[in-house]
Amino acid sequence: MSQITLPWVERSPEKLSSYRRKAIFRLILIGALHLGLAGAAALWLQPFNADELADWKIVPTLVFFVGALAAGLGLVTAGLAVAYYKQIGRLLLFSYTAFAIFCSAVVGVCLLVWLHAWLFHVVQHPVSKSTNEIAVIGIPYTMSVDDVYATISAVEIPFTGGRTLAIPLLAYLIWPLQFAFVRDVVALAGIIGFVSIIPAFGIWWERKVAGRIQSRMGPMRTGGWHGWAQSAADGIKLVFKEDLIPPTGDPLLFKLAVYIAFIPPLLAFIALPFASAWVFRDLDVALLFILAMLGIEVLGVILAGWASNNKWSVYGAMREACQMVSYEIPMGMALLIPVMMAGSLQLGGTEGIASQQAGGFWNWFVFANPWCFMAFFIYYTASLASCKRAPFDLPESESELVAGFLTEYSGMRWSLFFFGEYVAMYVVSGLAVILFLGGWGSGLPKEWMPTGDSLSDVFFRGLLFEGPLWFVIKTTALFYVQMWIRWTLPRVRIDQVLYSCVQVLLPLTMIVLLVNTLWILCTEHLKWAWLITLNTWLHWILVAIGVVVFLGCLGIASYGYRNNRRLVGSMAAVQLPGS
Amino acid sequence: MDALAFYIFAALALSSAVGVVVSKNIVRTAICLLGTLGGVACLYFLLDANFLAAVQLIVYAGGTLILIVFGVMLTSQSPWVVFSPTRGQVVAACFVALLMATGLITLFISTDWPTGPAAPLTASPKVADVGTVLLTQYLAPFEVASVLLLVVMIGAAYLARSEKQ
Repeated sequence: MSQITLPWVERSPEKLSSYRRKAIFRLILIGALHLGLAGAAALWLQPFNADELADWKIVPTLVFFVGALAAGLGLVTAGLAVAYYKQIGRLLLFSYTAFAIFCSAVVGVCLLVWLHAWLFHVVQHPVSKSTNEIAVIGIPYTMSVDDVYATISAVEIPFTGGRTLAIPLLAYLIWPLQFAFVRDVVALAGIIGFVSIIPAFGIWWERKVAGRIQSRMGPMRTGGWHGWAQSAADGIKLVFKEDLIPPTGDPLLFKLAVYIAFIPPLLAFIALPFASAWVFRDLDVALLFILAMLGIEVLGVILAGWASNNKWSVYGAMREACQMVSYEIPMGMALLIPVMMAGSLQLGGTEGIASQQAGGFWNWFVFANPWCFMAFFIYYTASLASCKRAPFDLPESESELVAGFLTEYSGMRWSLFFFGEYVAMYVVSGLAVILFLGGWGSGLPKEWMPTGDSLSDVFFRGLLFEGPLWFVIKTTALFYVQMWIRWTLPRVRIDQVLYSCVQVLLPLTMIVLLVNTLWILCTEHLKWAWLITLNTWLHWILVAIGVVVFLGCLGIASYGYRNNRRLVGSMAAVQLPGS
Repeated sequence: MDALAFYIFAALALSSAVGVVVSKNIVRTAICLLGTLGGVACLYFLLDANFLAAVQLIVYAGGTLILIVFGVMLTSQSPWVVFSPTRGQVVAACFVALLMATGLITLFISTDWPTGPAAPLTASPKVADVGTVLLTQYLAPFEVASVLLLVVMIGAAYLARSEKQ
C-alpha cells in the first residue's frame, strides 16, 4: 500500500512561498483580463448612455459588462486579499488589523443594508399607489422597465451636484425585484446565509471566551489571526469522521432526531424580524410561532436519546424532557408581560411589540416598570434552560453522562445538534431584544432622527437610529452574555434545576404576572394619580440602573482590554503566535 | 403555487396518518403523529388561520407529543415498546373506526359545499379579534374549560402524590 502524501504539508517553505506568489499572480491576472473584457464591452455597448442602450443589447451587456466586472473585481480583490494577508498582514499589529476588519465589516453591512432597502423601495414606490389592485387579484403589480427607469431617474446621487441615477442598466437590474417570488428567494437566501454563519462564528467565539475566562488564549493557530478559521477546520474534520449508527438502537429515528432538533430553530427565523420590514413573514402570531418552534426542538433531543438505546443517552433525554416541560411555563408567562404592555403578539411591523418601544432607550419595556424588569431576567434564565446552556446543560453533562443525548453521535450528525443549539440561542436572544430591549432601535431619541427620503437620510437613519444592524448588535451582545454565564457558573444538579423552576421561578412569575396586570389596570385604565407618580419614579430609577450597568460593563471591558496580557498570563502572551 | 403547497402538505399529513395506524413501535407512532399535526398546521397557515396553526404546533406538537414520548420512556418495561393488541381489541377498534367513517362520510355527502368562486377576503382575521371574542362573547365556555383543566391538574397531583404524606 502506497503511503499517503500531503503535498501542501511536505513541500518546503520556499516552494510554498513561490507557489503562493504564483497563485496571487494568477488571480490578479485573470481578474485583470475580466476587467479588460468589461471595459471593452463598455466601450462597445455604452451601458450608461440612455440613448444608446437598445433592448437587444441588454443580454450582452449583462453577460459581458456586469458579469465580467463582477468576476474581475472579485478575483482581483481575492488576489490582493491573499497578498495582504500573507505579506503585509503580519507586519501590522494584529489588534489594529482586527479593529480595521471590524470597522470595514460594519460599514460594509451598512452599505448592503442601505442598498437593499433602497432597491426594494424603488420597485415598491409605484406599487404602493395601487394597493387595491394587488389585494384583490393576488398577482403582483407588474412594473415595466420604463416605470423603474422613470422612478430612478428622479433620484439624485448625493454630493455630485444634482446628477441623477438615470442609468438604463440599473433599471434592468432592479426590475426583477418587484416580483414576490424573487423577493422571497432573496429573503430566504439571506436567512439561510445568516443562519449558517451564526454557529460557525458562535463556536469560535465561545472557545475564545472560554479561553479568556480560564486565563488562556483559546484557538490561536488555524487561519492565523486568533484562529479565526477554527470552525471551518472543525467542520471539515467532522465531515470526514465516520458516521456511526448504533445497530441496537432505532436507526430511522436516530437519523430523524438530528433534523427535528435542527430545522425548527431555523424555521423560527421565518417570523423573527430584523427590522420593521426586515422579516420573511410578518405573522400576527409571530411570538406564538417562535415559541412553538422552540418547543418542537426538544422532541429532537428526546428522540436522539431514545433512539440511541444507551443508558447515558436516555438519562440525558429524560433530563431534557423534565427541564423543558417545567421551564416552558415560566418562560411563556414572562413573555406575556411585554405582550400585555403592547397589546399585540406581532413582533415586526409598525404596530408590533418592538415598534411600540421606538425612540429613546428609556422607552424599552425592560425599564417600563419593576415587573417588566423582573420578567426580563426570568425570561433570560428560562431561555438558558430551554437552550440547554450551562448552568442548565444537564442533558449533556459531560462530567457524569459521557455526553448525554449526544453520546452515540459522531461526525456531521453530532455537529448539526450544535448548529441547532447555537441558532436557538440566537433566536431566544433575538426574542429578548425584540420584547424587552427595543428591537431594532438604537436607543437614540426620536427627535434627532432624519425623516427625509433622500439617500443620505436613509443611510444615516439605518446606521444610527433603527435598522437590522442594531438588532444584530443587541442580539449578539445577549448571545455573548450566554457564553459568559456558561463559563462562569457551575452546573446545577437535576433536582436543583427542577426545584429552582417549580418552587422559585414559577411562583415568582405568577406573582409578577398578576401584579403587572393590576398595575396596568390601575395606571392606564383607572388612572390612580399616586400610582402613576410612583410608576414614573420607578421607571427613571430602573433607567438609571440600566445606564449604570451598561457603563460598568464598558468600564470593566476596557480595563480588561488594557490589561489583557496580565489577565491572560505572561507565558501564553509570549509563546503563542498572533498574541 | 397555493395548490401545489396544499397537495404537498396534504400528502404529508395523510401519509403520516397512515404511518400512525400502521406502525407498531409507540415512539415511531408519536413521530408519525408529529408529521400529521405539522401537516395540518401547514394547511391552517395556507388558509391564513395563523393563530390556529401556531396553537396547534404549541399544544399538540410541542406539548402533547413530548408528554407521550416522555410517558413511554418512563413506563416502558423493555427497550422497544411494541403494540400487541388482542383479537378483541382489533374487533372493537375496527367497529369504532367504521362507525366514525360512516358518520364522516354521511356528513360529507349531506353538506352542501359551496362550489362557486370564493369571495376574496378583505382582511385576514387578526388574533386580537379571537381574543376579544373569547373574553366577551364566549367567556362562560372559556371559564368552564379552564375550571375543567384545573380539576384535572388537582386530580393528577393527588394521584401522583406519594402514599406516605
